[in-house]
Amino acid sequence: MLRLVLRRVVEAIPTLILITMLSFLLIRLVPGGPVTAMLGDLATPQLIAQLTHSLGLDKPIMVQYVIWLGQLIHGNFGYSYTVHASVLQLIGQNLPRTLLLVITAIIISHVFAIAIGIYQATHRGSWVDHALTGLVYFLYSMPTFWLGIILVSIFAYKMGILPSGGITNPNDLHPSLAALLAHLVLPVATLVLVTMAGWSRYVRTSMSEALVQDYVRTAEAKGVSRQGVLVRHAFKNALLPLITLVGLSLPFLFSGSIIIEQVFNYPGMGLLFWDAAGARDYPILQGIVLIIGVLTVLGNLLADIMYGWADPRIRYD
Amino acid sequence: MGQPLTAEYLVPEAPKAEGRYARSWAILRRSPLAWAGAVGLALVVAFCFLGPALYRVDPMKVDILGSLNPPTATHILGTDEVGRDVLSRLMLGGQVSLEVGFAAAAAAIAIGVAYGLVSGYGGRTVDTVMMRIIDVLRSVPGLFLLLFVDSVFKPSAGLLIILIAFVAWHPVARLVRAEVLSLRERTYVEASEAAGAAKARVALEHLLPNTMGTIIVTATFGVADAVLLVAGLSFLGLGLPPPQPNWGAMLSDSMAYLPRNAWWLVYPPGIALVITVVAVNFMGDALREAFDLRLRQDRTGA
Repeated sequence: MLRLVLRRVVEAIPTLILITMLSFLLIRLVPGGPVTAMLGDLATPQLIAQLTHSLGLDKPIMVQYVIWLGQLIHGNFGYSYTVHASVLQLIGQNLPRTLLLVITAIIISHVFAIAIGIYQATHRGSWVDHALTGLVYFLYSMPTFWLGIILVSIFAYKMGILPSGGITNPNDLHPSLAALLAHLVLPVATLVLVTMAGWSRYVRTSMSEALVQDYVRTAEAKGVSRQGVLVRHAFKNALLPLITLVGLSLPFLFSGSIIIEQVFNYPGMGLLFWDAAGARDYPILQGIVLIIGVLTVLGNLLADIMYGWADPRIRYD
Repeated sequence: MGQPLTAEYLVPEAPKAEGRYARSWAILRRSPLAWAGAVGLALVVAFCFLGPALYRVDPMKVDILGSLNPPTATHILGTDEVGRDVLSRLMLGGQVSLEVGFAAAAAAIAIGVAYGLVSGYGGRTVDTVMMRIIDVLRSVPGLFLLLFVDSVFKPSAGLLIILIAFVAWHPVARLVRAEVLSLRERTYVEASEAAGAAKARVALEHLLPNTMGTIIVTATFGVADAVLLVAGLSFLGLGLPPPQPNWGAMLSDSMAYLPRNAWWLVYPPGIALVITVVAVNFMGDALREAFDLRLRQDRTGA
């Protein structure tokens, strides 16, 4: 087990280093470089030269990278061009809200995906199975933002039972937990519906395959109850890979959160990123790409390790 | 025993592409899923490209007094916030959405296939380096990169195609590489190498044709993903500059009129998108079955 953990960690290191390089280089993609972006309309050749020198941008690029990396390690992600806050402060405010959204959605989505997938696998060919397959197919092909818009139009505007966006009621003096939960319902539901589709398809296939395996037949022959077979034998083997699938879906979930935060005006990383992109606030963009990339790698690492912990076969390859 | 053991006799023949896929095409022709998908897509394409010839209403004509009207006989799907006809905009918007989606998917496939071939057949070091690069791209969600690049450059259809190809090529590359890794152990590839064929020739003559199944299936799903991604980007306001309509931007514009229950702005573009994506996914699934492949795509997310 320790060997697996070590190997996975060592494998993740080059990726992490490359992610820092990518986000370092991104800002240099800007025509004229970061200085022109920073000065905007104020740019004169003299000012550009001055700022380039004072920011150390005339040093060789590798030296700049090492300096930048050193600052990162000290928690200095730079300072926003447009908002008076450091990038780390802004991310610190917005990241928890996005994680709340994404993690809640992952958990709920799994409960539904597993329930639907197992029901379908054990009732293959029934009309409910076909209906669910159709529904899941539809959801799978559904643009996230359209689903969000429909939910808002029905539940917020037509029925008026849920808030249309934001995270608290603007009139509330003190944010309440009930208000927060009410604001979470629609964005989480949207994310659940779009992710559930792919996952339940996966559960259905792998459960169906597991149910015809020899060990399941052996268990049935031994007289293990139907439920025992499902839970202890088929379920365990069929669903373990779901752990890695979640890890692999992280980029999709984060991408989805940009769109969902936009639809629901939910102040998380996605909205912060979107606003920063509009304002060309490159330090924020750079910081978020870095953080999201690192989180994704760590998420995958965690998924791999959990998978190895849950399934001993993975540890020895 | 009269057969002389010539070198020619010893070298096993690579499976001929036509022969190998004849069975797949036969399965495909009988697949209801494939037909449903093909017919659905044909209808969408006809609607967008032939529709304007039948329904001659100017999609750009502004009529402030007739804005936000529900469907009537003159405006079958109603009018938008400045009184433009929704149905004709839906057709025109579909043209852009489909063109960009298909072009982006094609570009992504081309890059992915080339990259996958080189990575899978270029030797260990090349492969390790190339796969590391993909690991990085896989870790950063595509939409974030797209938004970043889009904030730097002026939006245009060409840029959108390049951008989407840029985030969508790596799943293809991974699949092609995996396929190449297993193919290159086959006897006919080894035989061809032993006979002194150049690497490029082996790659193009043996590896490429035999990964065609994978490529076709991924390409098909890639179109669905690209259409969704174009819409998603346009929804975020980073797609194509107005006044040229497209489905994503139409949906984005509709949000402002949700409180007024302007359902005719919300449903038509969404339904058009879903029909397109479902049709393409149907075809993808039918192809996957026909080629007997088990592929899972990374979704790019929209």
